[in-house]
Amino acid sequence: MSDTHAESVAYVRDTMLPETPPPAAETGVTKWMKQNLFATIPNSVLTVAAIVVIYFLLAATLPWILNGIWNATSIRECREILEGATGGCFAVLSDRWNQLLFGFKYPSTEYWRPALAFLLLFVAAAPVMFFKYLPRQLLLFTGVYPFLAFWLIWGGSIVPPLLLLLGFVAAYVAFKALEKRGFGVAALGGLGVLIVAIILAGSIGKIEVLRLEQVQSRDMGGFMLNMILGTVCVSLSIPIGIALALGRQSDMPIIKWICVVFIEFIRGVPLITLLFVANVVLAYFLPPGTTFDLIIRVIIMITAFASAYIAEVIRGGLAALPRGQYEAGDSLGLDYAQAMRLIILPQALKISIPGIVNVAVGLFKDTTLVSVISMFDLVGMIRGPILASTDWNGVYWELFGFAALLFFVVCYGVSQYSQWLERELNTDHR
Amino acid sequence: MKKSVFLGALTVAGLTAGAAAAATLDDVKARGTLNCGVTTGLVGFAAPDSNGNWDGFDVGVCRAVAAAVLGDPQAVEFVPTTGKTRFTALASGEIDMLARNTTWTFSRDVDLKFEFVGVNYYDGQGFMVPKELGVSSAKDLDGATVCIQTGTTTELNLADYFRKNSMNYEPVPIETNAEAQQQYLAGACDVYTTDASGLAATRAAFEDPSAHVLLPEIVSKEPLGPLVRHGDNEWGDVVRWTLNALIAAEELGVTSANIADMASAAGDSPEINRLLGTEGNLGEMLGLEADWAVKAISAGGNYGELFEKNIGETTPIGLARGLNAQWTDGGLLYSPPFR
Repeated sequence: MSDTHAESVAYVRDTMLPETPPPAAETGVTKWMKQNLFATIPNSVLTVAAIVVIYFLLAATLPWILNGIWNATSIRECREILEGATGGCFAVLSDRWNQLLFGFKYPSTEYWRPALAFLLLFVAAAPVMFFKYLPRQLLLFTGVYPFLAFWLIWGGSIVPPLLLLLGFVAAYVAFKALEKRGFGVAALGGLGVLIVAIILAGSIGKIEVLRLEQVQSRDMGGFMLNMILGTVCVSLSIPIGIALALGRQSDMPIIKWICVVFIEFIRGVPLITLLFVANVVLAYFLPPGTTFDLIIRVIIMITAFASAYIAEVIRGGLAALPRGQYEAGDSLGLDYAQAMRLIILPQALKISIPGIVNVAVGLFKDTTLVSVISMFDLVGMIRGPILASTDWNGVYWELFGFAALLFFVVCYGVSQYSQWLERELNTDHR
Repeated sequence: MKKSVFLGALTVAGLTAGAAAAATLDDVKARGTLNCGVTTGLVGFAAPDSNGNWDGFDVGVCRAVAAAVLGDPQAVEFVPTTGKTRFTALASGEIDMLARNTTWTFSRDVDLKFEFVGVNYYDGQGFMVPKELGVSSAKDLDGATVCIQTGTTTELNLADYFRKNSMNYEPVPIETNAEAQQQYLAGACDVYTTDASGLAATRAAFEDPSAHVLLPEIVSKEPLGPLVRHGDNEWGDVVRWTLNALIAAEELGVTSANIADMASAAGDSPEINRLLGTEGNLGEMLGLEADWAVKAISAGGNYGELFEKNIGETTPIGLARGLNAQWTDGGLLYSPPFR
C-alpha cells in the first residue's frame, strides 16, 4: 500500500505533526473572558459598567477598612489618630468585644462558660447534621447537651438539670415499654412520667452539687442571647411544627381545629406584638411578685411563632406527596404513627428542607427584635449601651457592619449546610 | 397618643396589683437593693461603661436614693426600659422608681397615676444648624428644611412655633436620632430639631462639632424628672427629698469634697446642719438614718457635681447650666427649705 504512490508524490509525511497550542484567543483566560464577559456588545457594556461600580465600591471601602484604627479609647481619640484621613474606628469592637458577645452584665470571670457551651454546640449538632458519617452513639451527647448547656450558661447547682435529664430518660424508657400498645398510649405514658419527674426535680432540686456562679436571665446579652434564642427556638419549633402540620391534616375535628386556630392566629400577628405580650402584658396575668423568667417567656413566644410557620411549610411537603404514598402505608398494614414515621414524614421533610431552613434563618435574624423589649441582644447592645456611651456615640458603620458580619456568617453557614443536605438526600433519579 | 392611652389602661389595671405592695420603702430595705428604671442608653444620662457599670446623670439620682435608703450607692439594680416599657415597669412594681429622662406632663401625672417627685433636668426643644448657614436665631429659619422625628411631640411643637411666627418650613421625617445624624450631616436638611440635651449629645459625636451651632431659642418645655407610683407617699417623699438634698447641697456649698468635714460636727449654718443631720431629726421623719443626706451627697456629689461630671461643659457633651442653674444664679433649680 505504501508503495502505491511512491513515484507519483514527491513527499509524504510519515510522522504526525506535534499538537500546536490553540490560538491565543481560544484558550485560557482570554477565551473565558471572551465567552463570559465580552460575548456580545451589550455584554461588554455591562461588564465595563460592573467593573466601574466595583472599583468605586472598593475605592470607597478598602481605605476605610485597611486604614481602620483598632486601638483607641474613644471616637475622639480615633479621629485624632486619623487626622482627617479616611478610616474606620474599629477600636470600639476591641474595647467592647466582650459586651458585644456576652452582654454587659454577664460576669467577666465566667465568659468561658458560654464560650464552652458554644463549642460543645458543634459537637452536639454534628451527629444530627452528619448522621450518615458519624457513629450513632454520639447522639447520646446530643441528648445530654441541652442540660449541660443550661447548667453552663445559667450556672447554679447541677442537680436540677440532672434530674430533668433523668426525667427525660425515664420518660423515654416508659415510652419504649408502652410502645407495643400503640404510639399514642406510649406518648401519653412518656409525657406522664416526664411531668412527674419535673415536679420531683422542682421539689428536691435544692441540693447544692458542683455549683457554678448563678447568672440571672436578665444578665444575658450580646450575640450569646441571639444564639440561645435562635438554637433553642429552632430546635423546639421543628417538632412542634411537625405535630401542628399533622394535626391540621388530622381527621379528628377538635385536634384539627385547635391546630388551625393556633396556626392562623399566630401567623396573623406580628412577632413584635407577641414579644410585647411576653414582656408587658403577661406580667398583669401573673400573681404579683412572681417573676416568670423573661427569656423563657420570649422563647415560648418565638417558638410559637416559628412553629406556626414551620407547620405550614411541612403541610406543603405533606401535600406534595402523591396519594399513593399514603395508600402504600395503609396497604402495608401500618398504623397511623408508623406510616407517618416510616413513610410519609421522611419524604415530606425532605421536600420541606428549603422552606424549613428559610424559616430558621429568618427566625434567627428575628431574634434581634428582642432589643425593643429592652433585652440586650447584639443589636440591643449596639443601639443601647454602646452607642449611648459618651466614648462611642457616633460609631455606626463599624458596629452595625460587625453585627451584619456575625449574622451573615451564621446564616450563610446554615444555608450552605441545607444545600449540602438536599444533595445528600437526593435519592430519586432525575 | 393611642399607645399611651393603651398603656394608661394597662397601668390602671396594674395599679390594683401594685397598690397591694404599697410600702416600697420597707420593700427596698428588706430586699437590700433599689430597683431603678433607666433608659437602655442615652448619652450622658445613663449608659453602662466597658466594665458594665452604669454611669450618667439619671444614674446619679438612682445611686443617691440607694445611698440615702440603704447606705450603699452600689446597691442598685438597674432595669433598662424603653420608651414603651417604662410606665408598665413602674406600674407593675418591677421597679421602685423611674429615672429615665421622662417629661413631666399632666396626663402622665394624673391619668397614668404616677407621681413626679421633682425635676432633675429642665430640657426643651432646640434647633441645630451648620455654622456656615450663618443663622443666629430661629426666627431666621423661614423656608428651611427641618429634620424631625415623626410621631413625637417635637413635631407638633415645631409646627406650632413656625405657625406662630408665620414662617414656612419643609419637614424631612426621620425615625431615629441615628438616622437624623446621618441625614443632617449629609445635608438632607438645614436644621435638626429635638430636645436640646439630645442636640448637644448629637453634636458631640460629630467629627467637627464646632462647625455646628445650637440656636438660643427653646420652643417647648420638657421638665425631666424621676417618678414613682401614686399612692405611696412615704416612698415618694424619700425620692423627692433625696433629689432636693442634692440641689440644696449645691446651693449651700456642700460638695463631696467637704461633706466629711461638715458632717462631722454641727457648724454655723443651721440649714446645713439640718440637711446633714447634725441638728434636728429630718432623717427620722423620712424613716431613714440621720445621715441619709450625707450618704446621698457623698454617692456622686451634689447636683452641680453630677451635672459637671456627666453632661457639663468639661465633658464632650458640653451642656451649659442654663435653666438648670441654681435660682441664685438665674436658673430654675429651687429646693424647698430643709426645715
